[in-house]
Amino acid sequence: MRPLIDMRSIQKSFGSHTVLNGVDFEVLPGEVHALMGENGAGKSTLIKVLTGIYERDGGTIVVNGREVHYRHPKEAEQDGIVVIHQELNVIPTLTVAENIFLGREPKIGRTGIIRHKEMEKQAASYLRRLGMDLHPRELTGQLSVGKQQMIEIARAISTNAKCLIMDEPTAALTEREIQALFSIIRTLKEQGIAIVYISHRMEEIFTICDRISVLRDGQFIGTKRIEETNFDEIVQMMVGRQIGERFPKRSVTIGKERLRVEQLTKKGVFEGVSFSVRAGEVLGVAGLMGSGRTEIMEAIFGARPFDEGNIYIDGRPVHIRSPRQAVEHGIAMITEDRKQKGLILNMSVHENLTLPKSEQLATAGFIQSSKERDIVSSFIQRLNIKTSSPDLAVKALSGGNQQKVVFGKWLAMNPQILILDEPTRGVDVGAKKEIYEMINELAAQGVAIIMVSSELPEVLGMSDRVMVIHEGRVQAILENNELDQETVMRAATGGN
Amino acid sequence: MMEAKRKWDVKKLGPLIGLALLCIVLSILSEDFLTMNNWLNLLRQVSINALIAFGMTFVILTGGIDLSVGSVLALSSAITAGLMAQGVDGFLAILIGLLSGTVMGVLNGIIITKGRVAPFIATLATMTAFRGLTLVYTDGRPITGFASDDIMFQMMGRGYFFGVPVPIVLMLVVYIVLYVVLKKTTFGRHTYAIGGNEEASRLSGLRVDRLKIYVYALTGTLSALAGLILTSRLNSAQPTAGTAYELDAIAAVVLGGTSLSGGKGWIFGTLVGALIIGVLNNGLNLLNVSSFYQQVIKGAVILLAVLLDRRKEA
Repeated sequence: MRPLIDMRSIQKSFGSHTVLNGVDFEVLPGEVHALMGENGAGKSTLIKVLTGIYERDGGTIVVNGREVHYRHPKEAEQDGIVVIHQELNVIPTLTVAENIFLGREPKIGRTGIIRHKEMEKQAASYLRRLGMDLHPRELTGQLSVGKQQMIEIARAISTNAKCLIMDEPTAALTEREIQALFSIIRTLKEQGIAIVYISHRMEEIFTICDRISVLRDGQFIGTKRIEETNFDEIVQMMVGRQIGERFPKRSVTIGKERLRVEQLTKKGVFEGVSFSVRAGEVLGVAGLMGSGRTEIMEAIFGARPFDEGNIYIDGRPVHIRSPRQAVEHGIAMITEDRKQKGLILNMSVHENLTLPKSEQLATAGFIQSSKERDIVSSFIQRLNIKTSSPDLAVKALSGGNQQKVVFGKWLAMNPQILILDEPTRGVDVGAKKEIYEMINELAAQGVAIIMVSSELPEVLGMSDRVMVIHEGRVQAILENNELDQETVMRAATGGN
Repeated sequence: MMEAKRKWDVKKLGPLIGLALLCIVLSILSEDFLTMNNWLNLLRQVSINALIAFGMTFVILTGGIDLSVGSVLALSSAITAGLMAQGVDGFLAILIGLLSGTVMGVLNGIIITKGRVAPFIATLATMTAFRGLTLVYTDGRPITGFASDDIMFQMMGRGYFFGVPVPIVLMLVVYIVLYVVLKKTTFGRHTYAIGGNEEASRLSGLRVDRLKIYVYALTGTLSALAGLILTSRLNSAQPTAGTAYELDAIAAVVLGGTSLSGGKGWIFGTLVGALIIGVLNNGLNLLNVSSFYQQVIKGAVILLAVLLDRRKEA
C-alpha cells in the first residue's frame, strides 16, 4: 500500500540546537499510528514541520506520492492533513452545524445569505456517518469537551480530511467519552482515514493503535507493529533505559488518622461524603469525570463552599472557608489543571516555587532574596526540575517539569495533608515515575495523601485504599490488595 | 535581583528610546524646550498624571482598571477646600482629603471583590457617582479663596524644596516608595501573581480580595494627593477638575509597556509613559500647535507606541 504521508530523514534545528535529526515517519491510509516520546523528544516539532508551521532543514515529505513543501497549515489541510489540537477551537455561541461549516457555509448564490436548512442537513449526514450522537442545532457552548471534540472531527471530515493528527485527544475526556471517541476512530479507519495519535497514555495506545513510532531526543528510534511489541519495550525505546517497575513500591508504616471528612454535602454536587486518611497512607480516588471527585476535594481545600458536613484534622474539628485557611491547617492541593489553577505561567520558576510561602519568607513584607534563593535551588535539585535558570518563566518548561514546580511549591510549606488531583496528566513516562517516587517519599514522611486520578492503573498501582465516587456519593472504599480494574470500574459506574 | 535581569532586556528600553527621540526632536524644533524653567514647569504638570498613573499601574497589574480616579480627585479636593473654607487647619484638611480618597478606593475595591462586579463597570459607576457627589457638595461652583494664608497647603502645589517644586518631589518620593514595594515586597510579588493568574493565586493561599482592595485604596489615595496638588496650584477646587484624567493615566501605563491583561509590567515604564505624554503636551504647546490637533497627535502617538510593542511581541 502506498503511504499517505512519507517523511524521510527530516532535519530541523533551532540555532545550534538540533530538534529533529534524521526522523522517518510514515502513515498508511486507514491506520491509527501512535507517535510517542517524552516531552521534548520532538513530536510536536515533527508535526509542525509536516503541516508547514516550521520549514524543514533537510529530508523529504511525500504526500499522496507527491513531494510537498507546505508553507502554512492551510496548505496541508488542502491535502487532507488536519490537526485536532488539545485546545479545541469551537465557538460556544454557535450551533453544531454552524461550527462544522464555519467559513464554508452553503449560501444562496453569492449573496452571503446562509442556507440553514441545507447546512443542517449536510451536518446531520456527517454526524450520522461518524456515529456521533449530536444534533446540528445544539449550541456548542453547552456541550461537554468530548462532544466539542466530535464537532472538530466532523469539521475535519467535512473538508475531506485524509489524515487526522490528534494531540492528546483523551486528556480531558471521561471514560465514556473516550469509548465514544474510540468507536469514532474505528469508523474513520473503515473509511480509509488515517489517524496520527499522540498520547502519553499507554493503555489507550495499545487499545486503539496499529503501529507505534517512537522519538527520543530528536532521533527516530523505530516503528513497531502493536502486536509485535509490549508496554516495557515501548517505554524503554522512549526513555532509552529501563525505568524498572512502573509503580515503585513503598514500605511505610501507616500511622494515626490525619484527616476525617464526615457527611460532606453540597446539594446537587455531592452528598454524604465520609472518609478518612491516615498518616503515611495514599488514598486513591477513582470515579468518572463529572462524578464530583474534584468538587469534593476543592470543598475540603476551602476553594468551594459546601452546605453540610464536618472536617477533622488530627481529631479536632476545623472550619476551612478559603484555601488560605486550608494552607494554615497544613493542607496542600495540587490541582487538576496546572495552567489554569496551578501556576502563574508568566512568572519565573523561582517566584512560582515560593508563592504560597512568600509571606513566611519575608521580613515585615520585604522579600529576603537570599533565603528564597536557597529554598528554590534546593527544590530544583530535589525534584530534578530541568530548567536553564530559576529565573526562567515557568511557561517555557515542559509539562512534566511544570508539574514538578507545582509539587515543589506545595512541598516547600511542608504539608501534613496532600490532595493530588490528576497528578500525572500530560506528564511523560520518565517524569511520571519521578512523581510516583515523590509521592512515596512524602508518604514515608508521614504525609496523608489523597490522589484523584482517571488513570486506573495509576490508582491501583499507587494507593493503599481506593475510594470510588459515583454521582457525588461514595460508592465504595476498597482495600487495595489484588484489586482489579473491573471491580473499580463497576463501582464507578454505579454497580457493586 | 532576579527581576532586574528579566526586565532590563532591550525590549524594555522601547519607551525610554521613544522619550529620548521625542526630546531630541523637540529641542531641535524649539529653543525653549531644553531650558530649566520649561522642564520644571513640565515636570510639575507631569506630577499630577504620574501620581495617578502610579496607582493605576498597580490596578492594571492585578488585571483591573480604575475609571473613577478623576472623580475621586475632584471630590477629595472639594472636601479639603470646603473644610479649609470653614476654617479647619490646613494639615488636618489635607489629611482628611487624602483619607477620603482612600475610602473611595476601598469602596471601589469592595464593590469589585465582594460584589463581584467587573472593575470597568464598578469604577464607571463610582466615577459617575463621585462626580455627582462633588457637584452636590460644591453646588456646582468652584470653591475659592480659602487658603490664602495656609503655608502647608500653599506648599503642596506652589512650594519649593531645595529649589525643586514640591509636586516634583512628591512624585519622586512616591515613585521610589512604590518601586521598592513592587520589587522587594510580598505585596508587589502578589500584585503580579494575581494579575498573572488570579485563580492559581487564590489556591496558593494568597489573600486575593484583600490585596485588590489595598490596590484600589492606593490608587484612590494617590488620586486625592494629585487633586490636592492641583487645588493648591490653582488655589481653587473645581467641581469639574480631573475630568478624563483616567485616560491620561491609563495611556501612561500602557505607553510604559504594562499589559492591560495584567501580570506584566513595571512602574518605571509608567514614569516614562507619563513623561512622554507630558513632553508631548509641552512641546506641542511650545510649537503653537492648536489644541485640536494636539489631541489627534497624542492619540496617534499612543497608537504607534502600542503597535510597535505588538511587533516586538510577535
